[in-house]
Amino acid sequence: MNLFSLSRFRAVLVKEFIQMRRDRLTFAMMIGVPVIQLLLFGYAINNDPRNLPTLLELGEESKVARAVVSGMDTSDYFDFQGFVFGPDAGDKALREGSANFVVVIPPDFERDILRGLSPELLVTADASDPTAVGSAVAALSGIVETAIAQTLDGPLTAVAGRPPPFSMVVHKQFNPEGRTATNIVPGLLAIILAMTMVLITAVAIVRETERGTMETLISTPVRSTEVMLGKILPYVLIGYVQTLLFLIMAKILFNVPFEGSRMAFFVGFNIYVVVNLALGFLISTLVHTQMQAMQASFFLILPTILLSGFMFPFAGMPGWAQAIGTAIPATHFLRIVRKIMLKGAQMADIAIDLRAIAIIGGMIVLIALLRYRRTLD
Amino acid sequence: MSDVAVSVKGLTKIYGHKTVVDAIDMEVPAGSIYGFLGPNGSGKTTTIRMMCGLLTPDAGEGHTLGYDIQKQAREIKERVGYMTQKFSLYTDLTIRENLDFMARMYRLPNRKKVVTRTIEELGLSGRGNQLAGTLSGGWKQRLALAAAMQHKPQLLLLDEPTAGVDPKARRDFWDEIRRLSKEGVTILVSTHYMDEAIQCDNIAYIAYGKLLIHGPAREIPARVGLTTWRVDGPDLIPLEDELRADPRVEQVARFGAQLHVSSTNAKALEELVAEQRKKDKQHRWVKKEAELEEAFIYLMTTAADNFTPNGEAKP
Ligand SMILES: Nc1ncnc2c1ncn2[C@@H]1O[C@H](COP(=O)(O)OP(=O)(O)O)[C@@H](O)[C@H]1O
Ligand SMILES: [Mg+2]
Repeated sequence: MNLFSLSRFRAVLVKEFIQMRRDRLTFAMMIGVPVIQLLLFGYAINNDPRNLPTLLELGEESKVARAVVSGMDTSDYFDFQGFVFGPDAGDKALREGSANFVVVIPPDFERDILRGLSPELLVTADASDPTAVGSAVAALSGIVETAIAQTLDGPLTAVAGRPPPFSMVVHKQFNPEGRTATNIVPGLLAIILAMTMVLITAVAIVRETERGTMETLISTPVRSTEVMLGKILPYVLIGYVQTLLFLIMAKILFNVPFEGSRMAFFVGFNIYVVVNLALGFLISTLVHTQMQAMQASFFLILPTILLSGFMFPFAGMPGWAQAIGTAIPATHFLRIVRKIMLKGAQMADIAIDLRAIAIIGGMIVLIALLRYRRTLD
Repeated sequence: MSDVAVSVKGLTKIYGHKTVVDAIDMEVPAGSIYGFLGPNGSGKTTTIRMMCGLLTPDAGEGHTLGYDIQKQAREIKERVGYMTQKFSLYTDLTIRENLDFMARMYRLPNRKKVVTRTIEELGLSGRGNQLAGTLSGGWKQRLALAAAMQHKPQLLLLDEPTAGVDPKARRDFWDEIRRLSKEGVTILVSTHYMDEAIQCDNIAYIAYGKLLIHGPAREIPARVGLTTWRVDGPDLIPLEDELRADPRVEQVARFGAQLHVSSTNAKALEELVAEQRKKDKQHRWVKKEAELEEAFIYLMTTAADNFTPNGEAKP
């Protein structure tokens, strides 16, 4: 006997489509939720993040430079990650998301200050999260001033009280106008998909148990893979519709760009949707009623919103929260979407996030298939 | 095919602390109509589910159509038609869509034709696009039977197929069952209607998880061992009360204008009849052949007496 029957797979598939079409409420929800969320979050959310990963490019070894490093290290705003050499390395780190800031202390910085030449301190900021930038830039200015005051107090007492002896040039990348919506909107896609996809699949499957139709379904020779694929595929298509709608609205209402590779987006999107559906399938194997399925999905959506980097910059979260966040598929997809839409990322730039989603997804699918009962026990 | 369609030994299912099916041995001869009787909650559904591989037994073993019920569930499912107690086709799918779904599940060739024919045989031509959920109880039952039969299974497991259906629909349903039986399909049907039990070739009676009796229908009354006397005449109600109070009478059942008075102790009953004949000339006492009806009423009441005190089994 063959391991997979196309006929039975189609049976489930066709049935799901029909049921989906007849279930008006779910259908309305699938379209309504993304729209409402987009409007709410897009317009309403604002925050003041801390501990942003920062790289430093040192043009000189001086007391001032060292004081700046230690000043950044102790500040709340920055999380000093290390040094970079050359502008390319800095750009790459920003695009991949491993740093939010690259600060360049030019050669002869200390000497120029002492001479009163007001040298330029160059800060390149990932402005795709604009709220992070403004306050951090202000903080940086203070840190550098303190550093200078501490190390050069003798020679510089003359300059004290006057405007800073250096000028700061801030280069905002990815979102030069610094609009919040530009950052929130792409992240929201990850959240919306997680919410609707998980919930809808879980409910669609639990409904079979609740209405008793599961008994007929499993009294046929159907296999768990046939049920799982047949159930999931229609909702993948729903995910497509949601995303398309979303991208169009993001462009028209919020003027969010789409800079990167469409192919990379397509790949990441598909993997992410499947992982969420598998998660919904897994939930359905753990609960008995549609109500419980809803509660479980809701329970999962909270950490997804709070810990994925959607609400608060991921780098700014405490270690335990980051650990939980890393296990959440949305965390990685959110990075993919932001990188691609705002930073022009290509396939290679999102490889690391894809791998993370694939690993999480693989585990979910495995557990779901093991948990799926071919009996009524 | 062997001459046994289902055979189970020591079949047991435990939910929590409650033994819902308690070491049941049962054989369903191939080609028979096998009646599976017992009050509500006695474990019929659970037993049937184990027979077709939907539930894993906690003890015991069994074979359905020669396949192991624990290891070869898929082979069993391919060859068995199972009609659940509660209607469990999709209410939000039409009649045709439901049948089409089932046809695909069993990978039937010429699916479209098969489905159309099923609908015609059901007598639902022209209503194929009606939602299954809008059918009346009797029609739902027939649709469920048709769906379970569409892949021409060798064995039909029908779990209380006629519960809550009007008498006319019940009679039609049984006509259909007998027709299928003539075609060689083995049918196991659970019920708690006695008039349906009478239509079966073989009968098993289960109460509170225990199989009390099983065998060919005509042997059941003898196995129960009841002696029954029929009484007729005027004013049966006072007499009925009097007989019920008599310890020598185990069972009084009313059938129209007659009372059937039974006991497993034939001697004691004869004594009573002699006394009654002497003091009461109005009523006529005739000894009658023991029948299934009395046997079942007896089984039911004794089962209740034996098992309710432990408080576990539900009514
Ligand atoms: N999944 C279950 N969990 C716990 N108890 C159950 C379950 N299914 C059935 N039971 C109990 O097992 C007993 C037998 O049920 P069932 O097999 O449905 O009886 P019947 O079909 O004869 O009415 C009942 O008391 C019922 O409450
Ligand atoms: Mg039952």
